[in-house]
Amino acid sequence: MIALFKRDIMLAFRSGGGFGLALSFFLIVVMFVPFGVGADLALLAIIAPGILWIGALLACLLSLDRIFQLDFEDGTLDVLATSPLPGEAITGAKAAAHWVTTGLPLTLAAAPLGYLLNLPSEAYFWLVASLLTGTPALSFIGSFGAAITVGVKRGGLLLSLLVLPLYIPTLIFGAQTVTRAATGQDPLSTWAMMTGLSLFAVAAMPLAAALALRVNLR
Amino acid sequence: MTPDLGKYADAVLSAYGISVLLLAGLIWLSLTQSARARKKLAEEEKRHRKNG
Amino acid sequence: MSVWKYANPAKFMSLSGRVLPVLTVLSGAFLLVGLVWGFFFTPDDYKQGSTVKIIFLHVPSAFLAINIWIMMLVTSLIWFIRRHHVSALAAKAAAPIGITMTLIALFTGAIWGKPMWGTYWAWDPRLTSFMILFVFYLGYMALWTAIEDRDTAADLTSILCMVGSVFALLSRYAVNFWNQGLHQGASLSVDAETHVDNAFYLPLLVCIAGFVLLFVSLVLLRTRTEIRLRRLSALQVRGSAT
Repeated sequence: MIALFKRDIMLAFRSGGGFGLALSFFLIVVMFVPFGVGADLALLAIIAPGILWIGALLACLLSLDRIFQLDFEDGTLDVLATSPLPGEAITGAKAAAHWVTTGLPLTLAAAPLGYLLNLPSEAYFWLVASLLTGTPALSFIGSFGAAITVGVKRGGLLLSLLVLPLYIPTLIFGAQTVTRAATGQDPLSTWAMMTGLSLFAVAAMPLAAALALRVNLR
Repeated sequence: MTPDLGKYADAVLSAYGISVLLLAGLIWLSLTQSARARKKLAEEEKRHRKNG
Repeated sequence: MSVWKYANPAKFMSLSGRVLPVLTVLSGAFLLVGLVWGFFFTPDDYKQGSTVKIIFLHVPSAFLAINIWIMMLVTSLIWFIRRHHVSALAAKAAAPIGITMTLIALFTGAIWGKPMWGTYWAWDPRLTSFMILFVFYLGYMALWTAIEDRDTAADLTSILCMVGSVFALLSRYAVNFWNQGLHQGASLSVDAETHVDNAFYLPLLVCIAGFVLLFVSLVLLRTRTEIRLRRLSALQVRGSAT
């Protein structure tokens, strides 16, 4: 399981795909917002929490189909399925690897990007905290969507349609946490709720993903 | 015949209009799909019986 | 004797074939009575004027939009646990009806919202929840059409329906957290103190019965279509093999 986890991370680094791609996408989304709404710093400060969360979420979405697709096509998944490793461990390890190569870098990149959007200084801690505990939910829920659509040719668009609605509660609590911090309210309650959601996703989604994967490998 | 709907006539009538339209569309779609499936299945079964 | 014997497609076809005409007539009658009663013979509300007549479409469609999803969840579970094809096909057949009901609830709500709240759309928790429900229906239906193998599609959509239900519920509560509402409380409560006035309550109940009967008729009709299509493709496979 740990070997699989390491292998996935190595592959993501070597192909240069997920890692740099998601970060560049995040940067571009954040850069586009002033182009779209104007460079008014006061306005940007108000919408910064939402933009940063939506940007991170979309950047995360971008690399989801890589979790299973390549291994499905070259038969690695069939080999893994016949190994003694339980399916839940496979999906869990792969989702965790996706988080390390996508969610974690996005979390680290969010603070400097927040500065570009004039995020109020009180909110930086909660921005990083909410992304740190919120992006695992994105990766694990996403891995479920990826497992469902792995057999569909050109399933990228379908994957987004299935996964984005599942992201709604995470996005609401995550962005609320940062907004509350930015406007001087207590962000702890929404952060705790989002983290609870994230823990639930980490615990439950590998089961659902393994279920879907078994159907697709039948 | 029509009751006096007052100043909200447009709202009430358009709400009823849209709903009836949507429901009619759904019913029509279900009926044509059903008829098509029934016809195709009948043809296929006939062909099968002929071929043994 | 148990209900499971109707899980056999042939039994289901013969029973539904007999029941369907009766249900269709009943649903037509209930809808006609309820909507005519609601539209022509109810008084105007002292505050809302004639717009209150929209309730006879808005509440039944919203009621069904949610309950059809729950019915899909139940049939998905039955398919997953007991592998009855009729169940999986019924879930597939119900989705387009559910999405239509969601649309009707959204449209009539928007039209009603304009004169009452001064806007067609506000990000009120209940409106937002229905928008979310709409997206869930879209994803579910898209997954059915994307997968060719019928049993795989049935399995994957039922998994999606189960996981989706959990997250739909979570979204419902998350949305409450995020914005304050404009909606009134329960219109349908059995408690006479809180539900809408009796002049509207009785025709409303008739309308709801009509909508439910319409849904049952449509879902039977559409399930029959799906069963026929399934048999058709089975015959075609056998035909091409010989």
